[in-house]
Amino acid sequence: MINDAPTNLWLMIIALAVSAYLLKMFGLVVLGSRQLPRVFDRCLGLIPAALLSALVLKDTFSIGQSLVVDARVAGFAVAVVAAWRRAPLIVVVVLAASATALLRAI
Amino acid sequence: MSETRRVVVSSLTLGGAVGIFALSFGVASVSAGASVWQTCALSLFVFTGASQFSAMSVVGAGGSMLAAYGGAVLLAARNLVYGLALSSSAKQTAGNLPRRLFAAHFVIDETTALALAESSPRLRKIAFWTTGISLFSFWNLGTLIGAMAGSAIDPEKFGLDIAFPAAFIVMLVPHLRSKLGRQAAVLGGALCLVSVSFLPIGVPILLAACAVLVGVRNDQ
Repeated sequence: MINDAPTNLWLMIIALAVSAYLLKMFGLVVLGSRQLPRVFDRCLGLIPAALLSALVLKDTFSIGQSLVVDARVAGFAVAVVAAWRRAPLIVVVVLAASATALLRAI
Repeated sequence: MSETRRVVVSSLTLGGAVGIFALSFGVASVSAGASVWQTCALSLFVFTGASQFSAMSVVGAGGSMLAAYGGAVLLAARNLVYGLALSSSAKQTAGNLPRRLFAAHFVIDETTALALAESSPRLRKIAFWTTGISLFSFWNLGTLIGAMAGSAIDPEKFGLDIAFPAAFIVMLVPHLRSKLGRQAAVLGGALCLVSVSFLPIGVPILLAACAVLVGVRNDQ
C-alpha cells in the first residue's frame, strides 16, 4: 500500500501522463509518415505480449518478492479459461473473483 | 449516410465495452492504494489502459514509483507506432497542427484500429473522432464509478485482487495469435518469475521487456 507516499504517486502519475502524451504525439505529429525500421516496429509490437504475460504471473504467483500459491490461482485458472473462450471482461472478472473469494471463504 | 451511422454505432458499442474495462480499473486502482482522484487523473491524463493497469499493479505490490513508471511507459510505447500508422492521413483525419496536438491524446489501440479500418478519408476522420470521444467519455465515467465502488468495499473479501490479472489475461489473449507473440509471452513470463525473488518489486516487469528481442532474429 502506498498511503504513506501519496505525493510520490502523484509525481508518478504526472510523469506518466506527460510521457504517454509525448509518445502518442511523437508518432502522430513529429515523425509524420516516416517509416521505422521493420525490426523496431516488430519489437515494439511485442511489448504487450511480453509485459502482460509477466504482469499476469506476478499478480497471480507473487506477493512482494516471494513466490506464493494461494487462492488467486483459482481465479487465474478460471480467468484463463473464460478469456480463451472470449468471454467479455466483466464475465471474466466476476467469475475469477468469485472463484478466489469462494476458496478464501472455505 | 448509413455508412456514417455504421461507424458511429461501432464507436459507441466499443465505448460501452471499454466502460466496463474502466470499471474494473477503477476498483483495482483504489484497492492498490490510489485515491479516487488519483485513479481518475490516471484515466483522464494518461488515457492508455494497459499502462494504467500496469502502473497501479506495481504500486499495489509495493514496488517503487520508478519501476511502476518504467513498465507503464514501455506499454505506452506502442502508441508511437499507432501515431505513425495514423500520421499518413493525419492531416485529413485531425486537421491543422493544434487539432493534431489535441488528437494525439486519443491515439490508442481502439481509435487506431477503427480509423484504419475505414478506407475513405471522410469515414476515417469520423471513426477517429467518434471512437476517441466515445472511449474517453466511457473510460473516465467507468473509472469514476469503479473507483467509488472500490473504496466502499473490501476488495480482498470479494476476491477483487484478481481484477488485475484477469484484466491482463483479457488484454493478453489477442497477442497470442501470432507465433512471435506466444514466444514473447512465454519468455517474458519466465523472465519475470525467475527474477521476482531477487530483483526489486516491479523490476521483473522491466526485465520481461527483453523478451521482445525474439522479434529481432525472426526476420519475416
